[in-house]
Amino acid sequence: MQQLSLLLTSLPDGILLGFVYGLAAMGLTLIWGVMNVINLSHGPIIALGMFGTFFLFIRLGLNPYFGLFVIALLGLLLGILIYAAAVHRVINAPHLSSLLATFSVNMIIIGLGTAIFTTSPYNVDFNMGSFQIGSVTLLGTRLIAALVAILYTGALYLFLYKTRPGKYIRAVANNRAAAELMGIPSTRILALSFGLGTMLAAVSGALIATFFPFNILSGGSYELKSFVIGVLGGLGNPIGALLGGLILGILEGIIPAFMETSWVPAIEFALFVAILLVRPTGLFGAKR
Amino acid sequence: MSNWRRHTSLILPVVVVAALVLWPAVTGKAANRESAFTILKAVALASSLNILLGYTGYVSFGHIVFYGFGGYVGFYLLSAQSWSLWPAMAAGGLAAGLLAFLLGKAILRLRGAYFALATIGINEALKAFINNFELFGGPTGMTLNFRVYQAYGGAAKALEMSFILVAALTLVAIVVSHVVRTSKFGLGLQAIRENEDAAEIMGVAAPNAKTWAYVLSAIVPGMVGALFFFKNGNIEPHDAFPLHASIELLVMVMLGGQGTVLGPILGAFAYQGMRGYLVTSDFFKDIQLSVSGVLLLLIVLFIPAGAIGLLRRRITPLRGVLA
Repeated sequence: MQQLSLLLTSLPDGILLGFVYGLAAMGLTLIWGVMNVINLSHGPIIALGMFGTFFLFIRLGLNPYFGLFVIALLGLLLGILIYAAAVHRVINAPHLSSLLATFSVNMIIIGLGTAIFTTSPYNVDFNMGSFQIGSVTLLGTRLIAALVAILYTGALYLFLYKTRPGKYIRAVANNRAAAELMGIPSTRILALSFGLGTMLAAVSGALIATFFPFNILSGGSYELKSFVIGVLGGLGNPIGALLGGLILGILEGIIPAFMETSWVPAIEFALFVAILLVRPTGLFGAKR
Repeated sequence: MSNWRRHTSLILPVVVVAALVLWPAVTGKAANRESAFTILKAVALASSLNILLGYTGYVSFGHIVFYGFGGYVGFYLLSAQSWSLWPAMAAGGLAAGLLAFLLGKAILRLRGAYFALATIGINEALKAFINNFELFGGPTGMTLNFRVYQAYGGAAKALEMSFILVAALTLVAIVVSHVVRTSKFGLGLQAIRENEDAAEIMGVAAPNAKTWAYVLSAIVPGMVGALFFFKNGNIEPHDAFPLHASIELLVMVMLGGQGTVLGPILGAFAYQGMRGYLVTSDFFKDIQLSVSGVLLLLIVLFIPAGAIGLLRRRITPLRGVLA
């Protein structure tokens, strides 16, 4: 009975968080799907998104949800910059090169971030009230974060399937050489895809900052979660990422009711390795 | 004579290690011995990783897992079972090798980035597991009773002995790296690196060869782990499985030149030396990580073959000596 009441409080929270995890993972998986690059600078970019909320809200007094648009734009530009500086030259090189190139970006951001912000925790004190459904309480900030995550997913889906640049992105992901032969400017499309990936990471960070304290290193754990989710949903599959995020959120909601919370990462990563072994294309099947 | 020729490339690495061992003795400063210990440890780990990364072409992002696991097993035997250092180190190496064998059977089927992701997952999974494993002390880890050092003639003597032992392990790692490189087994590994499917058709038993390469690359890190945490006196999950240390090892191997015996040694030397300088300099100490990042990016973008690879390509006569 005690377990049931614990479950009723932790499960809804887990589900709402799961959508935000899914949004973060979508950024990682989009970049992987289009250019076969695992973006190891994903975590620090999530952290930068968190600091974006902090500065826009605390220093400039901008509403965090309005600030999301600013952060999205900055994230897009940062991604295009990272692509041009670090990724473009190694896009056709063996995996080690692109992994290390994006990791060097990770080191640069973490190094500068530690020097500027130190590693002490920051907190955005932002309250949107809470909603009561029966005996379940939902925090306003988390509910809105989940809604924003769903909105972004829908917008990304429309962009990829209904607009011309989106179709270009899917064409390049499918077969870069053939896309180039059809006159698609592949370099620009790759840069745009990388920008979109980092934009999603920054936005998810900005949302997480509205309910958790953070520092410059906080992105790391969400990066690892993104790997797990990416593999759950199939690397390269944006909708799968949202579902994967949901699964992870539900797991995080259920596990604490039955065993110590510290077991959560052990189970998550064991699941991650197991899925990689059994179905490396993900539970929902990837497009390749 | 021709037999002797095959081993000329071993001269430089051995000279480098000998210089590192003699450096603290000549200058007579204990602080130098600590620096030399760190560099030797890095050389041993990077040379071991090179067997998998450089020769076989599999990118392990979590190689530190063997160091941590070997360290934990060795430490448990030292502290809870009061084994002496020798068998504990051997057990640490054996445990790491066994872990690599079992993991290898499973995850070496994955290729490219999937393998890299799996190694990250394993490192994090094992760290999270040990965090909850009461026998190994859980999140607070284990501490060695100071009296343990008495068996080795006091703490100072134990430190001195650890230094000699790490030098010996480094030599073992280098010799193994050299032997693998010049053997038929190593040729098979390099064939796998170039094209795994073609290698299999030419008769390389790829799954077996990869597994043994993985095991070989795990044993020395396991022993180094046991030795380091014996010297350190305590062990925690956070110190034993630092993901960033795995990536630093990759950087060292890349810096010097993957797939060569000398490359990881020079890379480890240069990286640790540079880090030591940056951390202590007034100007760089805050953005030390960023400077390392910029350097890494420049290497990856412009000299992906590393220093030794570049020298071998540009100056042909050096190929006999630098391998």
